[in-house]
Amino acid sequence: MKSRSRTVLLRSLALHAVIVPLALLWLLPIWMMIVFASMEDSAIFSAEVQLWPGDRFIENFHELQAELDFVRTIVVSVVVAVIYTAASVVLTSMAGWALARYRFHGRGLVVSIILGTMTLPYFVVVIPQFIMVARDFGLSNTWIALIVPPLFNSLGVLFMRQAFTMMPADLFDAARIDGVSEWQIFRHVALPLARPMLAALSIILFLHSWNNYLWPLLISNDRSMMTAPVALGSLFGLLDVSWGGVMVGSVLLTAPMLVVFIFMQRFFMAGITAGAVK
Amino acid sequence: MRQRTQTAYGFLSPYLLIFAIFWLWPIIHSFYLSFLSTRRQPWSFNPGMTWGRLTQDPAFYNALWNTLKILAIQVPVMLTLATLLAVLLNSTLLRARGLIRFAFFAPVVIGEAAYAAVFRLMFNDEFGIVNKTLEGIGLDAVSWFSNPTAAMSLIIIAVTWRWVGYNAIIILSGLQSIPQDVYEAATLDRVSPRQQFLYITLPLLKPVIVFCLVLSVIGSMQLFAEPYLITNLGGPGGATETLGLYLYKQAFLNLNFGYASAIAYTIAALAVSISILNLWLGRERS
Repeated sequence: MKSRSRTVLLRSLALHAVIVPLALLWLLPIWMMIVFASMEDSAIFSAEVQLWPGDRFIENFHELQAELDFVRTIVVSVVVAVIYTAASVVLTSMAGWALARYRFHGRGLVVSIILGTMTLPYFVVVIPQFIMVARDFGLSNTWIALIVPPLFNSLGVLFMRQAFTMMPADLFDAARIDGVSEWQIFRHVALPLARPMLAALSIILFLHSWNNYLWPLLISNDRSMMTAPVALGSLFGLLDVSWGGVMVGSVLLTAPMLVVFIFMQRFFMAGITAGAVK
Repeated sequence: MRQRTQTAYGFLSPYLLIFAIFWLWPIIHSFYLSFLSTRRQPWSFNPGMTWGRLTQDPAFYNALWNTLKILAIQVPVMLTLATLLAVLLNSTLLRARGLIRFAFFAPVVIGEAAYAAVFRLMFNDEFGIVNKTLEGIGLDAVSWFSNPTAAMSLIIIAVTWRWVGYNAIIILSGLQSIPQDVYEAATLDRVSPRQQFLYITLPLLKPVIVFCLVLSVIGSMQLFAEPYLITNLGGPGGATETLGLYLYKQAFLNLNFGYASAIAYTIAALAVSISILNLWLGRERS
């Protein structure tokens, strides 16, 4: 028995000897974000290794704010992400409900289209999307252009279809016998039951919009309608830029998502593994 | 399940409308565009200027080669690391589980612009913490942004940092769906932990790993933001220019939509055929 507990101890030590340094290495970029964000540029670009945060976060924030109205771009990002998430949750849960609960002509075709688009690179659609939205409709730098074209989302539909398929059919049939309309059944019976899944989906969709880079880069180049990641990225190539300020921007983009991640880990995991486990 | 075609399409219509306008039509339109010369108005049918040019454009071959390099190195490295990580995270012996999971999963929620910025500073040739550490332990500093091989390595490191946790989450969920009594029976039959991993865990994980492989291949084929943001639009001298970035330059800097559409369809054809190959290899032996 004693030798057995010793092998367990040794195995545990070996496990931690591998995983703890690796975990610290993985945390380093996030830690360095905070360190850089609170240092003067002369300290960032100095010969010494700096591993501890300084006290210049507020000053760096003011420099960032002077370079580009970062608060404004954060507001744009939040508004876009909130409306996008709400609209996408409505669209995908309605579509998921239809695919889960009705047998109809073309159902197989719709499912295979949705699965097909998952393997189709976005580049195949982005050029005509741009021509249509920016040139034909003249909608560059508008809320519609930022929110509507990315709305099509295959993962959300598959996720909600799965959620509605797992619910017992009797529940809905009972409501039907009482003469409740299909829309009311969806709205007042199915959706409330799907609340945890809707929460998971909302988090994933919000994150997707918050971090979206290519489409906002193309469609929104006016300072007043830039999303925060695009605005931040626009500073990288400049010669005379406050890198402490850029890092404050990184922290402001990242911190809210990390907080949401910590408190809603379960929903995150559910959203990410949705596609993998049938 | 009820037979109600009309009701079903009622629920589907908003979603299908968005699909038709912003996906179906663009898919068709970009295929059509890929045969048009769009360098000057009016656009005219001239596949020689798009598909013909593709076959003899050194910049295209460079981007293709760079993309395949990333595919061949980054994807296997990341998936091996993700599988090992998932196994380690699944161990009952692990302490401070929450913190360690956080370390690997947190990059998943960090956007490209935010992490590109910190990687640029950490790998800064002169003042970055990475080079200072290398020099500190007696190695040479690496010119991460001016040496082509080093720049490519930097992109691979960055992408691996960002995505390994994502894949580990998926593989971990696969691991947790393997019934525990399989291992108990194997232990009773004196099968060693290593053999258990090789002959029980890996084969049962295969579908999940193939799923991750397909996702990673599609992701790598579309790599854009990292070389755009970290190595300044694919520098040095195009050493990290991927197909996605080359497409971006052709379409949105040169406004040559026809040629860019031909590149887009090349990316799609490659992504789809490599995915199908992966799925086929995954099915073959099970």
